[in-house]
Amino acid sequence: MIELENLSKIFGQTKALDNVSLTMPEGSFTSLLGPSGCGKSTMLRIIAGLDQPSSGQVRINGRDVTELTAAERNIAMVFQSYALYPHLSVRGNITLPLTMRNMNRIERMPFLDHILPSARRKIAEHAEQTQRVAEMLEIDQLLDRKPSELSGGQKQRVAVGRALVRDPIVFLFDEPLSNLDAKLRTQMRSEIVDLHQRTRRTFIYVTHDQAEAMSMSDNIAVIMGGRILQVASPRDLFERPVNVDVAAFLGDRPINLIELSTAEGRLPPPFDGFACDVAELPGRVIIGLRPETLEPDEQGPLTGTVGEMEYLGSEAMVSLHLDGGHQLRAALNASGVLPKPGETLRLGVEHGIAHVFDAATGRRLGGLSGAAKAGADIKGEGA
Amino acid sequence: MTRRQLVKNTVIVTLLMAGAAVILLPFFWMLSLSLKPAHEIFAPGIDFLPSKLEWENYAKAFNETHLLRYLMNGVIVCGAILFFQILFAVPCAYALAHRSFWARGAIFGLVIAGLLVPYHVTAIPLFLGFAELGLLNTYSALVIPFVASVFGIFLFRQFFASLSTDIIDAARIDGLSESAIVWRIAFPIAWPAASAFAVFSVVAHWNDLFWPLIVVSDPNLATPPRGILYFRDEEAGSDFGPLMAAATMVTAPLILGFLLAQRKFIQGITASGLKG
Repeated sequence: MIELENLSKIFGQTKALDNVSLTMPEGSFTSLLGPSGCGKSTMLRIIAGLDQPSSGQVRINGRDVTELTAAERNIAMVFQSYALYPHLSVRGNITLPLTMRNMNRIERMPFLDHILPSARRKIAEHAEQTQRVAEMLEIDQLLDRKPSELSGGQKQRVAVGRALVRDPIVFLFDEPLSNLDAKLRTQMRSEIVDLHQRTRRTFIYVTHDQAEAMSMSDNIAVIMGGRILQVASPRDLFERPVNVDVAAFLGDRPINLIELSTAEGRLPPPFDGFACDVAELPGRVIIGLRPETLEPDEQGPLTGTVGEMEYLGSEAMVSLHLDGGHQLRAALNASGVLPKPGETLRLGVEHGIAHVFDAATGRRLGGLSGAAKAGADIKGEGA
Repeated sequence: MTRRQLVKNTVIVTLLMAGAAVILLPFFWMLSLSLKPAHEIFAPGIDFLPSKLEWENYAKAFNETHLLRYLMNGVIVCGAILFFQILFAVPCAYALAHRSFWARGAIFGLVIAGLLVPYHVTAIPLFLGFAELGLLNTYSALVIPFVASVFGIFLFRQFFASLSTDIIDAARIDGLSESAIVWRIAFPIAWPAASAFAVFSVVAHWNDLFWPLIVVSDPNLATPPRGILYFRDEEAGSDFGPLMAAATMVTAPLILGFLLAQRKFIQGITASGLKG
């Protein structure tokens, strides 16, 4: 279990981390998700022991490790740039952490390492361990190559092997897939998840790619501006984002955010057709509608004129000009009949994934339901 | 190849060959003289090639002087200087490139400032210092002034600065101490820089006459260029054949060494995939 308690990190005038606390249970897969420069990498480096926090504590399995060096914490880290040692073969790269941990200064000396019996025994053990890890990652054919002779995916696997061979308590990943092409990224994603299943170790994964975080982790901590905004499972995060920033950051397509003034505690037209589960609405609200949750619906509460349309194969992105000057984008299933520009379209929303935020604070107040209620009937088709 | 290219290439190659000839002529003349019989050396007119190979000059150079001893001294002094220069410059350069500490920028500024000071300027204080310590006429006097090379620090620091910090961090996580990072990671990666530095260092100190002339008067400690001086003044007089033979023997190791190192050097640059 990794616990971060009131961590702050100040670089000169800027607060990279502002009083952050987070608990990552044993064996969990936690993603630290946020835009670049939000402090997520700083957090990871503090967990790794590469940076010292300005204040606060890091605990691993209950033990305070804030003052310990990276090596003393027994963590492993996979870097975005792979960070393989270019002058060593794949075998040398994977074996080096074992050599440094298990062999003393004398046993590591050049020449002596071939003479001392204890050193020879350890070297043989390490060779066996390296071989086992290499077979597990299917890089045993590459052991004698230099990193410069490997492809991106192979390098990443060697980096994982170097992490795996020491049997660390925690695996840290710092955007490990950003340098790979899209296809390989998907493959490596499932390999890392598979690795987590097999090792059952605690994984901490830093990424700015929300799809990566959503698809891989048990838990996501969304970080912005040096603060943790929300910690939740991918599903809870998607369905109940704590505020408008989190909602805007998640999702494959940008969420439609529409700012409105409420009238007498109710949503104004054309949104008055929604059933809202918020008891009391403030003066100004933002409603968040995900493009992929909008569907053509004869009875739906939203009516508008179809603007431009992008056909993307399995779906089509349609921009809809609503009555009242608002505009939103909807992802429609492209297998059905698609509307034409200029036509009138009626949309409904699946329950639970439309949100109402307080415009002043950005906090989520509740959800919207697209089921037709009295308001929709009053409004009618002719509006 | 078109006609124009042919002409262009011919001009380029001719110019290069002329340049090479100018550079090589003194060496060739030295080699030629070292193989000529004594009477041919002073013969009027210019004969590039000796009429017969006179190996006697080489025999004289080795027998009548301590040429082997001078060459040995050269190897000892240059080897020791290079060893200590690398021993000190590599950790310094690593610290300047990858550790943050107080006044790092100012210290690097001093290193660069040090590049501007010719060592002749410091010769007198150093000489007085060594005299005071009673170290004149020792190998130490020949080696110690050069063990801290600001050029070496600068060269390695520039190389290390281009090294990604991720590799250093990965090494820290893998359990390497800072000195282990220097010698196991940074230095092997910097191999091209190291071989370039070795060429510069060895050439400069092998050929150096100024400093050995100041601090060493014992013939047993003479470096090769210093040795040739003895040779001319006392042993051989105006006997130019053996002198040129000795000069050839002094120059040969450098030329051979440079050719070998140059090969390694190019290999080093092409083979070390620095983007790991």
